[in-house]
Amino acid sequence: MKIAIFPPNSLILADLVERHGHEALALQKEIRKKVIDPEIDSPPFNITQDEPIKGLKYAAIEVPSGVRGRMAIFGPLIDEAEAAIIMEEAPYGFGCIGCARTNELSMFYLRKKNIPILELQYPTNQEEAIDIVNKINTFLDELEEKNG
Amino acid sequence: MVKIAQISCGTEYSGVQKEIEKAAATFGAEITIPEADLDYIDEAYKKFGFNAASSSIRLMIARAMSIVEGKADADAVFIASCFRCAEGALVRNELRRFIQQNTNLPVVTYSFTERTKADELFIRMEALSTIVDRKSLLAREKQEGLTIGVDSGSTTTKVVLMENNKIIGTGWLPTTDVIGSAEEGMKSAFEGTGYKLDDIDGMGVTGYGRLTIGKHFNAALIQEELSVNSKGAVYLADRQRGEATVLDIGGMDNKVITVNDGIPDNFTMGGICAGASGRFLEITSRRLGVDISELGGLALKGNYKHALLNSYCIVFGIQDLVTSLAAGGTKADVAAAACYSVAEQVYEQQLQEIDVREPLIQVGGTSLIEGLVDAVSTVLGGIEIIVPENSQYIGAVGAALLVSGLGKK
Repeated sequence: MKIAIFPPNSLILADLVERHGHEALALQKEIRKKVIDPEIDSPPFNITQDEPIKGLKYAAIEVPSGVRGRMAIFGPLIDEAEAAIIMEEAPYGFGCIGCARTNELSMFYLRKKNIPILELQYPTNQEEAIDIVNKINTFLDELEEKNG
Repeated sequence: MVKIAQISCGTEYSGVQKEIEKAAATFGAEITIPEADLDYIDEAYKKFGFNAASSSIRLMIARAMSIVEGKADADAVFIASCFRCAEGALVRNELRRFIQQNTNLPVVTYSFTERTKADELFIRMEALSTIVDRKSLLAREKQEGLTIGVDSGSTTTKVVLMENNKIIGTGWLPTTDVIGSAEEGMKSAFEGTGYKLDDIDGMGVTGYGRLTIGKHFNAALIQEELSVNSKGAVYLADRQRGEATVLDIGGMDNKVITVNDGIPDNFTMGGICAGASGRFLEITSRRLGVDISELGGLALKGNYKHALLNSYCIVFGIQDLVTSLAAGGTKADVAAAACYSVAEQVYEQQLQEIDVREPLIQVGGTSLIEGLVDAVSTVLGGIEIIVPENSQYIGAVGAALLVSGLGKK
């Protein structure tokens, strides 16, 4: 299954998802397409004026351009998602996405999708960390069972 | 090479990063990103005391802290965040203050949209580069020798001849042919002084036509209007130390510049419609049958509340004016309403997006319209406004003042 992860650049979440044979809808893959596309040359992300325009599908014109630019990349991932794991309050080291407003909107869209979602708070100690990994594993296993 | 530290949020995703780099490179500057590791980010924003929800904004704070604490090498700072982001606007402004209070680095702030192009950033990057390159020159507080300043504006050309910190000759005429208008302006500035062009120690030029006339007359100083106008304004208003805001409501566009010790740190330029410009007042005075120089005095006698003039567009603004007159409004009330309407629109379109610091120094030809100055003060809650003598010549005065620091040509 295609699983949206949040933060979408979390290597830990992407790794856990892939270990269970699912596909993580990770930001890195999308950014890679932007970076290696020879057609456009606008470092560092090869984002042009087109992205904030594409982002209008997800966020209105009165929303800051940075939010719309981000949504042009996050939005299609959310559209594809068949399940999601959301980790809130994650620090930089876990995978950081810079704009709080984009995060609020992305999580809102995921919740609105009516797909299985596992919502977690970032662990503050080892016990919680173990518990969270177990919850993620169980969630992913159940998805596999449902999927056959 | 001038190193401009970029402290920003959203530039990559808005697609404006390359425009920022292009604008900096055009003026021989290089954009650098201040260092901030993961642990330092938490430490920095806690120390700063602003717990922003967006992690990129926390990163902005850490980058600013890194500059203040001397961990990053920079000659100037460019702070930018998305237009319309409230959190970005709050942090952008607080970081600007924080860097200015704790370093001597020039700072320019900007709020961008996805349509921001390098050209719009040119004047800011040029200002940052020249402030760094010419710091000692910009610190100049007195004019020395015999110098001439030419401000080749989009509407008018202003010329000022200065000798030993005094204005001894002026010229002010509409800009038609850029070089011809400058020649004409200089002729009138030299008139009666006994001096001629060959006698001067240096020529400084600014304004839209600066490159053309600078090259033609082999001027010693060719500089953008941002730093020149700020310098001219604080010099004429005798406010060379501390903070101030320079407001120039022009014939076609408006400029608001905030300055710190005479050095500009933020500015906004333009206007959505001519309803917020000097041109509207020019047309108003024509319709009222008074000379533009009498409009301000007339406005002071009227009450803006008695006539409704609040259109953004110059065409509808005049329609409102005609309606007010037809409804029995007095000329004085209409003049007052026209001034108030321009002030209100300048506030709505420009002053709101800038951190207005007292005193406000109002300059340019429109600063001679007393009713407009009064209306700007009303709109801003009665703040202190200084209209220095010769306020219409600030660009030319700034250029004549600065070029005197370059020595004899």
